[in-house]
Amino acid sequence: MRIMFIIARRELAAYFSTPLAYVFLVTYAAAAGAMTFYVGGFFSRRQADLATFFTFQPWLFLALIPAIGMRLWAEERRTGTIEILMTMPVSTWEAVAGKFLAGWAFTGLALLLTTPIWFTVNYLGSPDNGVIFASYVASFLMAGALLALASCLSALTRNQVIAFVISIAACGLMMVGGADIVIATLRKVAPGVIVDFVASSSFLSHFGTITNGVLDLRDMLFFLSFIGLCLFINGQIIEIKKGA
Amino acid sequence: MKADSGTRLVDVDHLTKAFGSVAAVNGVSFHVNRGEVLGFLGPNGAGKSTTMKMITGYLSPTSGTARIGGADVRTQPRAVKARIGYLPEGAPLYGDMTPEAYLDFSAQVRGLDGEQRKRRVEEVIKQLQLNEVLRRRIETLSKGFKRRLGLAQALVHDPEVLILDEPTDGLDPNQKHAVRQLINEIKPNKAIVISTHLLEEVDAICDRAIIIDHGVLVGEGTPAELRARAENHNAVAIQLPTHIGPKAAKIIAAMPQIERVVPTAHGAMMHLTAYPKGHEFAADIVAAKLRADGIEFQELHTEAGRLDLVFRQLTIQRQNA
Repeated sequence: MRIMFIIARRELAAYFSTPLAYVFLVTYAAAAGAMTFYVGGFFSRRQADLATFFTFQPWLFLALIPAIGMRLWAEERRTGTIEILMTMPVSTWEAVAGKFLAGWAFTGLALLLTTPIWFTVNYLGSPDNGVIFASYVASFLMAGALLALASCLSALTRNQVIAFVISIAACGLMMVGGADIVIATLRKVAPGVIVDFVASSSFLSHFGTITNGVLDLRDMLFFLSFIGLCLFINGQIIEIKKGA
Repeated sequence: MKADSGTRLVDVDHLTKAFGSVAAVNGVSFHVNRGEVLGFLGPNGAGKSTTMKMITGYLSPTSGTARIGGADVRTQPRAVKARIGYLPEGAPLYGDMTPEAYLDFSAQVRGLDGEQRKRRVEEVIKQLQLNEVLRRRIETLSKGFKRRLGLAQALVHDPEVLILDEPTDGLDPNQKHAVRQLINEIKPNKAIVISTHLLEEVDAICDRAIIIDHGVLVGEGTPAELRARAENHNAVAIQLPTHIGPKAAKIIAAMPQIERVVPTAHGAMMHLTAYPKGHEFAADIVAAKLRADGIEFQELHTEAGRLDLVFRQLTIQRQNA
């Protein structure tokens, strides 16, 4: 545990050692605001809630989370520092979890930077703060799930750009898995079990349930177990590459 | 703590690594005792780095194993890693950190805390003369500083075993000397494996050396023992004026103890190399014979045998095969 946090701290510091972190945070905060106020028509809706803000959240994540996740392992492979890290008395899961936690903390910070919108809506009216809180929790969980997936894919390559591109594709698939168009297409070619599986593992539908105000344990567990699964595979990839 | 020399700290046991159908390392065995520096030689791509990666637990061996202080790298990787300080090939570093933060991070992961951590970090900074760059970004440092920082990282937890992949690569002659001196200072309590291309390094710091080629161990011994295997070991080198050279060559070649004589001309001077049969010492009898025959030579000495010749003898036939 202790080593996991030491690794997480180093990793988190690494984000801030380049301008990338600041560019990311500013872009994210600005985009989240712009989506909410302009594209989402926050004022013209005349409703004291953050529904528009959270509607766009998954799509912002889709572009930005792979950018956070891409460097986690690909960069270590490219520079060879993975050899330093993995020959220290560190277990694979400590390294995987430590790196993931750093990225997750970073997305948490990004989310935290959007809270002025929450204050604004409270100033303008009386929103259901319970729903907004649940939605923040859902956003954080979904960010974690996307990041775990990106981290896992980043372990496959030494090229950050490749890691970024395949992460966007994979995250996009997880996101839209439950969309009608996907399900309808799938229904023609795959048995019902698979269709149900794909439909039920869609990020958007789990995210949607929570943002509608139902902080269901099942949806939270879904994201948490997805994170666990991805990190497990992430560790396996590291182990397999060791034997190759 | 008394240096317990003679303890076997590194025990490499038929280590083999296959990438697909190619054996990069094939049944390599050797050991290193406490207080000993082992030179690990071989051409590029011979399997030196792969062997080191397996000893340090970065790569899993296909078969065979390595034991560090009795701990098996296959079954107790954590114990092995805790005992080793490792400088990987090319000395990779986290470019976005400062040397200070990097050493502190390494010490933390190695389980050092508080005062002890501060003291050890300060010590390696002093040992490797990193003071002036402590707060610069690592990626902006010169090659020499990077290599020394990599060494500092390997030393920070004062490990019993050091595995150093080309520790002096990229250093200038003064820095090389300083690193070699440091290795000599710390070696009484440690077992050290150093891979290198530089044969002078073997003479400067290694107690023993092994040579591998195409993943197979082809030679082993102290520098003197290896030298004895050189083609020119105990050869007699004679320098004399060119006009008497051919005559001298004929006289020496006729001696029963001498196998052959190779003349090389250097302007007014000629250089003769006489190879005695069975690499026996023959300088005294050659000198006596020449004097008896009235040949005046300028210089005569015995070749110890050149390590680079041994290296080439041992590694070249397979390359041509």
